[in-house]
Amino acid sequence: MGLLRYVAIRGTLIIPTILILYTLVFIVLRILPGNPVLAALGTKNIPEEQLKAIMAELGLDKPLYIQYFEYLANFLRGDMGMSMVVRGRPIASDIADKLPATLELTVWSILVSLVIGVGTGYLVAKRRSRYLEAFARVFGSVVFVVFIPALGLALQLVFSSYLKILPTGGRISSIEGFKPITGIYTLDALLELNPRAFVDALSHLVLPSITLGLVISGPYIRLALNNLEAVMSSKMVDAYRSRGIREAKVVRHAFKHVLIPIVTYTGLQFSLLMGGAVLTETTFNWPGIGTYLVDKVMYRDYTAIQAVILIFAFIVGLTSLIVDVVYALIDPRVRY
Amino acid sequence: MPGHVLEVEDLWVKYYTLSGVVHAVSGVSFKLRRGEMLAVVGESGSGKSTLAYALMNMVPKPGKIVRGRVLLGGTDLLTLTPEELRRVRGSRISIVFQDPFTTLDPLRRVVDQFTEFLMEHGLDKAAALRVAREYTEAVGLPGRVLESYPHQLSGGQKQRVAIAMAISLNPEVVIADEPTTALDVIVQKQIMDLIDDVRRKYKSSFILITHDLALALERADTVMVMYGGYVMEYADKSELVRDMRHPYTRALFESLPKLGQRGLPSFLPGYPPDLRNPPSGCVFHPRCPLAREKCRAELPQLAEVSKGHYVACHYAGVVG
Amino acid sequence: MRLAHVFRDAYIATGLAIIIVFVVLALLADVIAPYSPVESVGAPLRPPSPEHIMGTDNLGRDIFSRVVYGSRIVLAIVALSIALSGFVGTLVGLVSGYLGGLLDRVLSFVMDSIYAFPSLILAIALSVALGPSPVNAAVAIAVVYVPTYFRMIRGQVLSVKNEGFIEQARVLGLPPSRIVVRHILPHVSRTMMVVFSMNSADAILTEAALSFIGLTVQPPTPDWGFDLYKGRGFVLDGKWWLMAYPGLSITLLALGFALVSEGVSRITGARLR
Repeated sequence: MGLLRYVAIRGTLIIPTILILYTLVFIVLRILPGNPVLAALGTKNIPEEQLKAIMAELGLDKPLYIQYFEYLANFLRGDMGMSMVVRGRPIASDIADKLPATLELTVWSILVSLVIGVGTGYLVAKRRSRYLEAFARVFGSVVFVVFIPALGLALQLVFSSYLKILPTGGRISSIEGFKPITGIYTLDALLELNPRAFVDALSHLVLPSITLGLVISGPYIRLALNNLEAVMSSKMVDAYRSRGIREAKVVRHAFKHVLIPIVTYTGLQFSLLMGGAVLTETTFNWPGIGTYLVDKVMYRDYTAIQAVILIFAFIVGLTSLIVDVVYALIDPRVRY
Repeated sequence: MPGHVLEVEDLWVKYYTLSGVVHAVSGVSFKLRRGEMLAVVGESGSGKSTLAYALMNMVPKPGKIVRGRVLLGGTDLLTLTPEELRRVRGSRISIVFQDPFTTLDPLRRVVDQFTEFLMEHGLDKAAALRVAREYTEAVGLPGRVLESYPHQLSGGQKQRVAIAMAISLNPEVVIADEPTTALDVIVQKQIMDLIDDVRRKYKSSFILITHDLALALERADTVMVMYGGYVMEYADKSELVRDMRHPYTRALFESLPKLGQRGLPSFLPGYPPDLRNPPSGCVFHPRCPLAREKCRAELPQLAEVSKGHYVACHYAGVVG
Repeated sequence: MRLAHVFRDAYIATGLAIIIVFVVLALLADVIAPYSPVESVGAPLRPPSPEHIMGTDNLGRDIFSRVVYGSRIVLAIVALSIALSGFVGTLVGLVSGYLGGLLDRVLSFVMDSIYAFPSLILAIALSVALGPSPVNAAVAIAVVYVPTYFRMIRGQVLSVKNEGFIEQARVLGLPPSRIVVRHILPHVSRTMMVVFSMNSADAILTEAALSFIGLTVQPPTPDWGFDLYKGRGFVLDGKWWLMAYPGLSITLLALGFALVSEGVSRITGARLR
């Protein structure tokens, strides 16, 4: 009961943030430039009548404040308007197609970065090697300046072009009998008990998720290093050991304490991750909303751009909510 | 049961740090009778806490026990396999740490930590729960404490929980490492009274590690004074009060505030020794008011000056 | 923090060396680059050779010359954006923290919202809205970093306000601007240096990303991010040199600033992350 209320309160707190971002996006995309339709069509030589017709079709002829509320209301109902460029194409269905791909990539990337970060921390804490630690620290503080497309292309060069063991792009090869259910292919393959599809989907995921995962692993490495060592040499761990608790159990209990700052950080990490996803997807032709955004940017499809950016705002808000809740679940000291 | 529950023979502990070897505990020996409370008294850096860890055979890295034996009922804890050691810890020898705020896991309920501990020593779930309830009550805590998370308890309550766990498997030896230092004055007395109670009730032997000579003289049967990793003086409490031999013990005693005394108590000038480069000869000589040439040159051995009264000082006979 | 300390730190020394090399490349591009960056000067798609030490691209242009000239665009955009965001963020932070009240709350909330939003995506949106050009890209990047300076300065203003400096100064009849300059800017100068160099590293990556999706310069102007994007298509044929050098340059320059930031934060103890 308490938890539900906590979720509700936290949930309402993200609404103003999303509203501010929506307003910002609206101002930036609708008020700053000239006529968006002209920009989208890339020409000024268009009959007045036709321009008016298109504007009316897209709802752009109404006063701005009406557009502002109408768009928001429609958005919340799942109607994100029509594409300016590909006429008659609802943006919502485009995004519904692309979102699972982005979700799959980001989840796998977080996993990769957690494995790298927590694994390094664990290794250092266990070995107590100063050289390993110094290396890990330098690695952790410089890895985030790697330019994602550069790293991604370098990996493609080695593993796809020279070694030819991994695909260069896309999400899956055509595989017989594989029909996506959720759109998250690795999950779908598991649900359908289709090992070939799973391996294939995974082989497409390896390079993109390592690229993105590596770049965002830096903060995790630092956090894990600092915390695991602090926790493992804490009085609490001494006390556990003094009571004859098995070492495996001690480590498991200690690990929860390392997890708390990592969970908290994952919320902050998400904004880095989203930006990184756009670049990773573009580099690997990964058909997610990042690639979609870049596509639409190239065609100046304002309605689509606006929708994608709002989706990102929702994802960020939602993540911070999830992080808060997970944090409250792990740490009993948080009252809800 | 004849003999002793715990015999420590010639124990040496060193820390191999990057800035040099720290000689933390040097040649400590003592015996503990059943039901006895031994107080180990010393300033910070005297090696008393390291001694406590060494008795559990859990000296943290880069520390190492380089020599000696810790015989608990005849078995040497320093030669056990990790698994054997694990079984001994908490069940035959247990420890209560200084700061109850940091020793309980804040993320888990008391009952989970308590029963996990008991089950790691072979009790089944139902028995563990029964024992946990019994001992929570025995240390004067209401039953709801078990269902609480540590942050919902006061410092005194947490320390009671720690004591309850430490005694619940009826170990032969309980080490209490500064058990009251982190607590309020009133709670300190309650906790020490509780320790006295359980000691009588369960006839367990206690080793009280403390910096407070007054507390030691008030509560313990025997007192061992440590300085710079060495034992300075070791005697029954009554014997010690009657006949303090070592200049360091006397200095500690002089520094206690006393009833009816005017002005401030005297205190010992100087600093504890740097155990990376311990002084030559007697470790105490740089601060000793009686130090002579021999003290700088030669390490005094712990010698029996009267029955059960040991002193490590070249001039122990002269003093007084 | 003494100057001698600064240069003895291995991180800062390495970082500065890298930055200086690129600055020299940018300033002396006309002297250093052997060929014109925009004209075809050899056979297309040739691997590195003595004539073209980084090879040629698909239009037969000298990649080394393009990398050298490309540093100009990157450094110019980054310098402009950091200066802009530092100026605006500091100014708004000072005003907001000093005046307090409703204005401060609204501004803080807006800044926090921007801060929480993925910076690259915001920069993309702004660049699209403003239209693709180097100056607009610099403005877009600047907006993204304004909240960082805003938060830092505002926090400092609040703590100084609480320390009673301002009251004392008022009693002494000093104008607010003096107080601010005297008591607030010195406190933040160290943190400012860390933020500055870290934002520079970040700004380079953002600039490269905007270029990568075609939101800064128009071809044939040499630009690392866009050259990398074009070189992407040749990776499968094993023609690595088209993407390798622009990609390396981006990472190296960002690394230089990151090392400086790391070094400064180690020396001063000013932590950000």
